[in-house]
Amino acid sequence: MQVTVKLFASFRSGRFEIETLDYPPGTTVADVADALNLTHAELGIMMINNRHVKLEQVLAEGDTLALFPLLGGG
Amino acid sequence: MSAANDFFKKHAVGDLLAWQHQLEAAGLFGLSIAETEEIILEGGLLPARYQRNRQTISQAGQLQLFHGQVAVIGCGGLGCYIVEKLARLGVGRIVVIDPDSFEEHNLNRQLFSSPWRLGEIKVEAALRRVADINPAVTLIPHHSAFSSENGAELLEGCRVAVDALDNIGVRMELAEVCTSLNIPLVHGAIAGWSGHVTTQFPGDATLQNIYGSGKSGKGVELSLGNPSFTPALVAAFEVAEVCKLLLGQGKPLRNRSLMIDLLNMEVHEVGI
Repeated sequence: MQVTVKLFASFRSGRFEIETLDYPPGTTVADVADALNLTHAELGIMMINNRHVKLEQVLAEGDTLALFPLLGGG
Repeated sequence: MSAANDFFKKHAVGDLLAWQHQLEAAGLFGLSIAETEEIILEGGLLPARYQRNRQTISQAGQLQLFHGQVAVIGCGGLGCYIVEKLARLGVGRIVVIDPDSFEEHNLNRQLFSSPWRLGEIKVEAALRRVADINPAVTLIPHHSAFSSENGAELLEGCRVAVDALDNIGVRMELAEVCTSLNIPLVHGAIAGWSGHVTTQFPGDATLQNIYGSGKSGKGVELSLGNPSFTPALVAAFEVAEVCKLLLGQGKPLRNRSLMIDLLNMEVHEVGI
């Protein structure tokens, strides 16, 4: 299935800004993050089609997944 | 204080009262600078230092800011800039909470730090700075770590809390304390070229929605660090939010967060 992945801020470094990628059915947000070498600890806001989701959310054909890094500094 | 009032009316140029007369009145009438400021503003005059706040902030708005009490939790990269801007804006009382002293790795961004002040307690540096730049502002320093145990006491009397913390777990405690005190929390966080800012209103679960459950400690700033410009920028957004909340003006960042990326010069608004 085709999923559009949008990466923000530091996640783009060495990766991409937006790409449509092919994943097997049943792929979760965590699977996508793992395939992109993003650790779960550095994941902040995660959205599918502009709705907030968790790591275990299963993706569907045509979804757009947006991943933001976790920011905690002050 | 009608004598002081008469003095100010006599020396006002238009509705502006020069600093030298404010200072002179404090000596003549045995008043603190904060007390003179209140008399000036209550009398419909404006300390001349605020003349370039107009018409963004009206004379009546300036009095509202003077009567505002704001808590800044954290006095590091974000906190120093936030305190500086609130004091120059003319917010009357600023509570600052931080347990730390300046260290060398603070020097790249923390406004009140300098090589000559390494080891100085941060909230004491804030006190010194505010006394220097705007003596009409009362800064209340708390050299302690914020937590859910002491939070309600530390924030007592504050109309708005500003998040300048560097730890996600403590942020969640701050969010809970603000909810229990029924006050808005202006939130900012930074890492590298990036930052985000939003405002949690009482009853909203904004920080919970941003950080989810189980997140604590640090984010990607652990590996990316924090350069000088990112805290300055996010602090400016936070202070603008505080200003609006105190004045009851504008459209705050409620249920939405601005995600700022300075490397690509992008700002995204995300529903929270």
